[in-house]
Amino acid sequence: MTEPARVTGAVPGRSHVWLWLALALLAGVYVRALAFTPVERVQGLAQKIFYIHVPSAWAAFLAFIVVSACSVGYLVLKDQRLDLIAASSAEVGVVFTSGVLLTGPIWAKPIWGAWWTWDARLTSTLFLWFIFFGYLVMRSAVGEPGQRARYSSVLGILGAPLVVFIHVSVTLFRTTHPQPVVLKPQGPTLPGEMLTTLLLSVAVFTVFYLALTARRYALAKAELARAQALAEGDHAA
Amino acid sequence: MPASTTAPPPALEAKALARSFGVVKALRGVDFALERGSALTVFGPNGAGKTTLLRILAGLLRADRGEVRMDGRPFRRDDAAQRRRIGLISHASLLYDGLTARENLEFYGRLYGLGDVRQAAGSALEAVGLAQRADSPAGTMSRGMVQRLAIARALLHDPVLVLLDEPFTGLDQAAAGALRAQLMRLRAEGRTVVLVTHNLDEGLELATHVAIQVAGRFVEYGARAGGVDGYRRRYAEATRDA
Amino acid sequence: MRELLAQAAAVAAKDLLLELRSRTAFLSMLAFTMLVLAIFNFARDPTAVSASDLAPSTLWITFSFAGLLGLNRGFALERENRAIDGLLLAPLSRSALYLGKVLANLAFVGAVEAIALPAFALFFNVPVLPVLGPLVLVIVLATVGFVAVGTLLSAMAVATRFAELMLAVLMLPFLMPPVSAAAQITARLFSGRPFAEQVGWLKILVGYDIVFVILCILVFDWTVEE
Repeated sequence: MTEPARVTGAVPGRSHVWLWLALALLAGVYVRALAFTPVERVQGLAQKIFYIHVPSAWAAFLAFIVVSACSVGYLVLKDQRLDLIAASSAEVGVVFTSGVLLTGPIWAKPIWGAWWTWDARLTSTLFLWFIFFGYLVMRSAVGEPGQRARYSSVLGILGAPLVVFIHVSVTLFRTTHPQPVVLKPQGPTLPGEMLTTLLLSVAVFTVFYLALTARRYALAKAELARAQALAEGDHAA
Repeated sequence: MPASTTAPPPALEAKALARSFGVVKALRGVDFALERGSALTVFGPNGAGKTTLLRILAGLLRADRGEVRMDGRPFRRDDAAQRRRIGLISHASLLYDGLTARENLEFYGRLYGLGDVRQAAGSALEAVGLAQRADSPAGTMSRGMVQRLAIARALLHDPVLVLLDEPFTGLDQAAAGALRAQLMRLRAEGRTVVLVTHNLDEGLELATHVAIQVAGRFVEYGARAGGVDGYRRRYAEATRDA
Repeated sequence: MRELLAQAAAVAAKDLLLELRSRTAFLSMLAFTMLVLAIFNFARDPTAVSASDLAPSTLWITFSFAGLLGLNRGFALERENRAIDGLLLAPLSRSALYLGKVLANLAFVGAVEAIALPAFALFFNVPVLPVLGPLVLVIVLATVGFVAVGTLLSAMAVATRFAELMLAVLMLPFLMPPVSAAAQITARLFSGRPFAEQVGWLKILVGYDIVFVILCILVFDWTVEE
């Protein structure tokens, strides 16, 4: 009777390197944000949350785009790795989305006086959270991996136009969110220093998202390899 | 000009069929070839992958590797003409308890595009001896009657290939006898039959070919030779080692 | 194409025949809808909030809940005796199966809405008749979108352990665009604004229906294949 394959605690691969790099970059950009970027005149120190809030929103939507793209890819190519990437991205995405939903009220309260205002971006992000949540709940409720991948991919594909429709619907309502200071058609009205910090934050969060997703994916592959090894062990016995 | 002497392709052929569910390898390479009118009985314990094999042959499940051929042409699940030639009798009846026997058959008749569904349903009910119960809801019928109705449903569209998945489950003596007679009739009518079961007594009689399936593979396959005892012995050996 | 419609009609007819026989699902949905409408009446302070203020929300929340309850029925009834295998065995195109289920669900939910609407007008004393035409159009548009997506999601949810709960969790984000559009238009209809003004919301409703009906037909295969 052969012994089942031994499993060590470590996750194979070099995904942890990227993670440490991302964390270092994160620390660096926040030093810049807090110490080397001017304080905004009207909003004061509360505006510093902007450098977490906006990049988190960007990372959340990036995560969702990856989920959708991998979903299409999986249904076309039937490569299980695409399903694992989508699942990893969804888990990371829900964390970033939660970050947006937490920093939003923290920012809004000193500025607008209310914890929650149904402004366009925050509301769309709330629904994005529910979409991620539904995706992850569906995955946890389906046992068979092939079926789980298929169902998740269907959700991932349907979610894309849904996000668009939700955003359009929400925008049709009156909003009280501050005008998007970066993506205005006549050019960003954010003064130079702040704009640079913001763009740096967005870049760093992108790296952070990629590192987290890569790590989660590596973990998922390790779990799969372990399950396969155990199954082989059972058969050989 | 010499006359063509090439034999017709096998009515049903499986090549290296494999299928996994996650890490569980349900089928690990199954091959067989059947002429028209043959009957293959596959014996195996639970978990051997017999149902998986049957569902792939029926087109209900996609194989990870390998292929199925019907009359020499690859079986494609979206080919309606090929699907029309398959009938399935399972241990589940595939019927609607809330509809009457007649309504069940008429519905399936419509799905299979049989022109006069009322007439087709009527004669199918007669053939299985359920004409008097035509207007009873399927949910009020006994297990034996439901099985007969399921047979009527499976044969309604006159399939050339009949697949059976543990059809004797839950049948009493009388119903089992009726089913055995029905299966012999299928053979006499020249249909190709594949039956999977864990019970040697039930499937051996009608078989022209026998396979023993264990852990996703045929550990034995060939034309039927010898009596029940020989197979019983080899089956016990094969399943003991599993 | 004609065969597709004929098969879809056969599937829908079978579903409706089954429902007609037992009637339990339909009557339960109807009772539930009436109950929700009635409770809404007591869930407000009548001196502070007039019925007409709450009417549009009440109507659409009620329709949403009733619809959610009714959607599970569709694929749940294929689980008994593994009838779904019979459907997948037959030369029945997956699109015909999907369309048949959608048609049956539309008939089912539509019947409940048709009875609930007069009840709503009665309970909340809302002048529905003057705007009946546009209102019915809005109800039809929103219901089509809702049922198209819900039928697809229920095909997947039915395979999970807490199917009704799973369907609700999956469905809720998908409800937001059609329900908010329909509620907004309904509110403006009741307050006498011209229908032509609601172009923005109407575009959302129609766009949603077109996009999701097509998308659902395309991806439905993947929810039933193995």
